[in-house]
Amino acid sequence: MSNRLINVLVTVISIILGLLVGAIVMVFSGYNPAEGYLALWNGIFGDSYAIGETIRQISPYILAGLAVAFAFRTGLFNIGVEGQLMVGWFAAAYVGMAFELPKYIHIPFALIAAALAGAIWGLIPGILKAKLRVHEVIVTIMMNYVALHVVNALIKTISGGSYKTDHIKETASLRSEFLSNLTDHSTLHYGILIALGMVIVMWFILEKTKTGFELKSVGFNDNASQYAGMNVSKNIILSMVISGAFAGLGGAMEALGTFGNMSARGGFTGIGFDGIAVALLGANTPLGVIFGASLFGSLKYGANNMPNEANIPVEIVSIVIALIIFFVASGYIIRVGLKRLDKKKGAK
Amino acid sequence: MEYVIEMLNITKKFGDFTANDNITLQLEKGEIHALLGENGAGKSTLMNVLFGLYQPDGGEILVRGKKVAITDPNVANDIGIGMVHQHFMLVENLTVTENIILGNEPKKMGMINIKDAAKKVAEISKLYGLDVDPYAKIEDISVGMQQRVEILKTLYRGAEILIFDEPTASLTPQEIGELIDIMKKLIGEGKSIVLITHKLQEIMDVSDRVTVIRKGVGIGTVITAETNPEELATLMVGRQVTFKTEKGPSTPTEEVLHIENLVVEDNRGIQKVKGLNLTVRRGEIVGIAGIDGNGQSELIEAITGLRKVKSGKISLNNIDVTGKKPRKITETGLGHIPQDRHKHGLVLDFSVGYNAALQSYYQEPFSKNGIMNYNVVSKKANEIITDFDVRTQGENELARALSGGNQQKLIIGREVVRNPDLLIAALPTRGLDVGAIEFIHKRLIEQRDNGKAVLLISFELDEVVNVSDKIAVIYDGEIVDTVLPAETTEQELGLLMAGHKKIDMVVVDNEVKVKEGDDNHVE
Repeated sequence: MSNRLINVLVTVISIILGLLVGAIVMVFSGYNPAEGYLALWNGIFGDSYAIGETIRQISPYILAGLAVAFAFRTGLFNIGVEGQLMVGWFAAAYVGMAFELPKYIHIPFALIAAALAGAIWGLIPGILKAKLRVHEVIVTIMMNYVALHVVNALIKTISGGSYKTDHIKETASLRSEFLSNLTDHSTLHYGILIALGMVIVMWFILEKTKTGFELKSVGFNDNASQYAGMNVSKNIILSMVISGAFAGLGGAMEALGTFGNMSARGGFTGIGFDGIAVALLGANTPLGVIFGASLFGSLKYGANNMPNEANIPVEIVSIVIALIIFFVASGYIIRVGLKRLDKKKGAK
Repeated sequence: MEYVIEMLNITKKFGDFTANDNITLQLEKGEIHALLGENGAGKSTLMNVLFGLYQPDGGEILVRGKKVAITDPNVANDIGIGMVHQHFMLVENLTVTENIILGNEPKKMGMINIKDAAKKVAEISKLYGLDVDPYAKIEDISVGMQQRVEILKTLYRGAEILIFDEPTASLTPQEIGELIDIMKKLIGEGKSIVLITHKLQEIMDVSDRVTVIRKGVGIGTVITAETNPEELATLMVGRQVTFKTEKGPSTPTEEVLHIENLVVEDNRGIQKVKGLNLTVRRGEIVGIAGIDGNGQSELIEAITGLRKVKSGKISLNNIDVTGKKPRKITETGLGHIPQDRHKHGLVLDFSVGYNAALQSYYQEPFSKNGIMNYNVVSKKANEIITDFDVRTQGENELARALSGGNQQKLIIGREVVRNPDLLIAALPTRGLDVGAIEFIHKRLIEQRDNGKAVLLISFELDEVVNVSDKIAVIYDGEIVDTVLPAETTEQELGLLMAGHKKIDMVVVDNEVKVKEGDDNHVE
């Protein structure tokens, strides 16, 4: 069996196992798994509205996944995607409401603001790691909390004491009548194109540019990279900045597409943390991230239909999603099993 | 004759690559049987087959005349095969006894019975003269001692057949002597030993018979007493090998590297290079002889720009490069084969092709306007693979998968094709077999003959004497003397390396000694 085939098989088997064990959980809790999964299916693909909403949900997951995967490919573990995404969300929402500009300037401006905000949030742990060897995991986790409370405070300040920002101007919106009509008035917006564009950007940076060569080299072996004349500190910082920018754009999806504003939050959005799982599901490759985000986005959105249609509580749905992730993460076991099977076949 | 182990016509393939092709090895009871082959010849593969880590694709294994299937290391253990790995498998912060019983703990009422185990360890240790303290922590004992713990581990588990994988690679000369004594004691007690090595002298010293493999093919088995190092080298490499490096006289011209009063500190702020002066000219190889830790590493790091210079001046091609960035110095005309090829020389998780471009990826034609041209990268990599005989499955193979010698050839190829005016080679042949050593020495001399300067740093006296045109002896951060290889002896170099001055030496009966009562040792 080729490695590629094994990789695909491992993922497929993981998902099936997750669904199976999820079914067992449903049976034990007194629900009908067939009904449950039918409801899930309908929730994802049931009608054009559901499909539109599912795709809309996938966009921020792609960007959060890219952020984690990019850092990981260059030897860093960015747990701060959540915070970077929130500051990006706020920056985009602010630029969207505060300026009067023509559409073709306003949207790029808001997107750049979001990317920049995320990048700055990544820059701080990057500098600390590069210059002082402070582990990025600790700093990025803490930066998440800083982001949460700073953003809440800023929302309060600019909205004059309210709990949410004003709605963005029409000129900054990614919403599209065309896409919306196409999908039975769903909230599908152009963000998915931006997300897919960024997938190409990540692939291009890593596989085609000189910078990508350096980033990967430093990620694998900073000593040898230093011997080869690369600036190790610069590359560590750059990696966090690019990663943060992806995350910031993920926030812009919510600000300019889905919600059109930002509300003060009691806790995290979860998208950034889910980005870790998305990157893991996608084996940290750009194409894999699309797949991981699709799976995640579909399950997350489609699962909303399970309480409605099959009366299954949303907690059970979370368990099923968690099980799928669990099996993918423990793909090693499946991999070993497949190799054994292959060997036996070969022996016969 | 009774064989304890017979590996008959073993074949092992990895995909299209045949690592072992029809190899036969028969181990007699009570003998030391050497397994000789170049780096990457397939010695480790063969032993991993014996140890149950790999399953052979052809051939059979007989233990005391009976056919067995060694499906995993536990089976090997039960048969009485023990392996002393080159890279020790020890838990640093556990004691000797704890390491030995790990995975096989003797229990008394559910508790680990350390006391009895330690007693047993001490008994075995005494029987074979291993002299190991059962309660010492691994992190507190020397490398040689750690190796004895590995030996003890196999004996504790009842091994009758011991496989030693390159056991002397990380030992000091004195420890090697002690290891040889231990091996002889083991034989005396009826054990049998397979010794994997590419060091010919060791084989001559301890082994009874030698099985040679070359590029995965079994060449045959010879009796050690009836052979000599030259013949073994020829068998191993497949052609005549010259131990004495052939080279013409050097014709040094203008200065390439000029170092004046260089002072460098180590990470703890202790002066390691103390006012060092050194000159290397075009067309000559200057060898730096010295015992490890006398400032060699700090000197190289200062020249290459990886370490701050405290004071003094380094010029390359008459350009002051003191304190410049590594890349700037590289571009001024420096090539560098680093001391630690895994840590500094290669990105092991990069492909061979990427590694070949590691120094020039940012220049045209490798990249242009920030965009890599991987076609050029792979073309240049293939040139290096061909020209420097890097044995690899292709430029897309990970550098990690290459054997040590081929990794080193890749580094040398990468540095030499850039055509640097000064090539620094730090321990360029460490851990390599004679074939690879010969190849590398030839390349260094070729650089010299092309009018380049070469600075060779080595702890092997033979290498320094053979390859260099001029020997600068370093002691305590200074060049104590510069001698010509033809006009010096090992004793003289040895004394210089120990810090004695030439004026304090006298020649007595053709031997160089320090004048009596004149102990000018620099402490």
